[in-house]
Amino acid sequence: MTSEFPHTPPRKSYTFSDAVNAEIRRAAATGIYDIRGGGTKRFLPHFDDLLFLGASISRYPLEGYREKCSTDVWLGTRFAKKPIHLDIPVTIAGMSFGALSGPAKEALGRGASAAGTSTTTGDGGMTEEERGHSKTLVYQYLPSRYGMNPDDLRRADAIEVVVGQGAKPGGGGMLLGQKISDRVAMMRNLPKGIDQRSACRHPDWTGPDDLEIKILELREITDWEKPIYVKIGGARPYYDTALAVKAGADVVVLDGMQGGTAATQDVFIEQVGQPILACIPQAVKALQDLGMHRKVQLIVSGGIRTGADVAKAMALGADAVAIGTAALIALGDNDPAFEAEYQKLGTTAGAYDDWHEGKDPVGITTQDSELYNRFDPVLGGRRLKNYLKVMTLEAQTIARACGKNHLHNLEPEDLCALTLEAAAMARVPLAGTDWYPGKNGL
Amino acid sequence: MSKQTFDLSAQSLRELNSALHALKGQTNQTAWDIVNPRGSHAIAAGLDAPLDVTVHGSTGYYCAGMNKHATVRIKGSAGPGVAQNMMSGAVIIDGDASQYAGATGRGGLLVIKGNASSRCGISMKGIDIVVHGNIGHMSAFMAQSGNLVVLGNAGDALGDSLYEARMFVRGTVKSLGADCIEKQMRPEHYELLEDLLRRGEAEGKAKPEEFRRYGSARKLYNFNIDNADAY
Repeated sequence: MTSEFPHTPPRKSYTFSDAVNAEIRRAAATGIYDIRGGGTKRFLPHFDDLLFLGASISRYPLEGYREKCSTDVWLGTRFAKKPIHLDIPVTIAGMSFGALSGPAKEALGRGASAAGTSTTTGDGGMTEEERGHSKTLVYQYLPSRYGMNPDDLRRADAIEVVVGQGAKPGGGGMLLGQKISDRVAMMRNLPKGIDQRSACRHPDWTGPDDLEIKILELREITDWEKPIYVKIGGARPYYDTALAVKAGADVVVLDGMQGGTAATQDVFIEQVGQPILACIPQAVKALQDLGMHRKVQLIVSGGIRTGADVAKAMALGADAVAIGTAALIALGDNDPAFEAEYQKLGTTAGAYDDWHEGKDPVGITTQDSELYNRFDPVLGGRRLKNYLKVMTLEAQTIARACGKNHLHNLEPEDLCALTLEAAAMARVPLAGTDWYPGKNGL
Repeated sequence: MSKQTFDLSAQSLRELNSALHALKGQTNQTAWDIVNPRGSHAIAAGLDAPLDVTVHGSTGYYCAGMNKHATVRIKGSAGPGVAQNMMSGAVIIDGDASQYAGATGRGGLLVIKGNASSRCGISMKGIDIVVHGNIGHMSAFMAQSGNLVVLGNAGDALGDSLYEARMFVRGTVKSLGADCIEKQMRPEHYELLEDLLRRGEAEGKAKPEEFRRYGSARKLYNFNIDNADAY
């Protein structure tokens, strides 16, 4: 028998949503925070909130396929005797051997070299796979110093002093025991199978004055040949960029919170740092205030997916970009073709982020030989090359439409914003206006 | 070949390191005196040959950083990060060493005849360090492998979060860091110490049986919520 009065329908709490409650139950059952790979999954103001204006009567476009639009970039022109010249301004971000398999690192080197760009080591030292297959290799200098040695410093093409990472500004690295194979353990000088935590601060310097001396030492060891990058997370980009320049960096690498990580606490990934859209104008302002814009090059990363993102980042003042997550997807990460295997791991293609467990069915984020032997580094390299070429063509298409004969000629004046938030962060006018929040102090 | 003398009051640091780096493999120019160091940073950094370099005075940051094969003697005190990431060879300091002495060192021998400040041997990865005096707080933090010998006393939080490095302290330890415990001295440790004291130019100053051994309890090697208070 039904009531004669209508019932209030069941109503779930917005604050205590199904996802929140599930996490509370998981925490209560396990006693440990959630650890995962990748970058933030929350909605953020991003490059999608910007549009290019294109040419008009006052700006004339360049002919697609006929008129040249250059894409090359020089990095490290401030002090290094041997600056780097890349054909395209899309580089491969630092990802460690340990986090990634040897074949995946090889594929990154193959793809980057074929497309005329650089790849970068990570928190595990330099492998022969990536040095051998990377025409231009950037060697990261990290707090852990795993595998660090002067021979690899000298056979690198550039050195990147890592101060911070967008996914976890202020955090160190983490590689759980499942991925510490014999080879990884040997390279890191640690027992096999233990959880490996990398320090969040460098062991032998503290603060910008020390960093200046550390950079001097690295230059002396490498006879001033190598460009020295300083990588910062999207924490306080204005001051961190200024301090990196003061310390003597040739290149500043700025990583927003959309940037990925091999393994970190979910609460860190989601709650610390700023979106890359908000970071770029602050860093550019710091460079401009110091008279160093274009003299110290700026590479930005964190959520770069398309040629449009590349063009927008460069229009905001970057000299180049770096991709990590997007490169892994190009290699095959989270491909729906592996859906059945993702289901067995309790997840689905597009959502797989337990990279730290080392069970990646595609063979990219694993040290299990059965899994990584599935991955073809030649095919992976080809796919990455294709993707990098497409991104470059897309960026050129936009730049020509804006009348630019080089990607570096893109400028904020070519952009408008679709939302107030994006306008405020990117410091470009809201569409249909000549105003953005904060302009002229208003 | 006669001894080379390099005067840092007359020539630049770049000229010095450039000259030393040019010496690869078999060279007759093995003996070098560096005078008037005046606290310069990165003196003799990145050496890669069996040279015998003596610095007559005190040095700034990162003297003999990433040293390979060379023996560097400092006739004074050393600034922060001396012999950082040393691969092989030896660095011998007559005076004191500032913070981070021997940080991340992967091989070779570091001898400090005075005292070492905080974080001595931080993140060491195979280096042997012999300190004739005392060491400061947080020494051997996250130390992975190698040996740290201290003839004097150790400060707070010795060996915090360490891995497989061994520490031998003759004097007192103000406090042990997380997961660091005292361990039994076995015959092989006395033998090891005897060799380290000899190579560390401390023979006659101390005997192996006067030392206590410290190492990892290995309880934090894999995360366990029941150990959360230690993090």
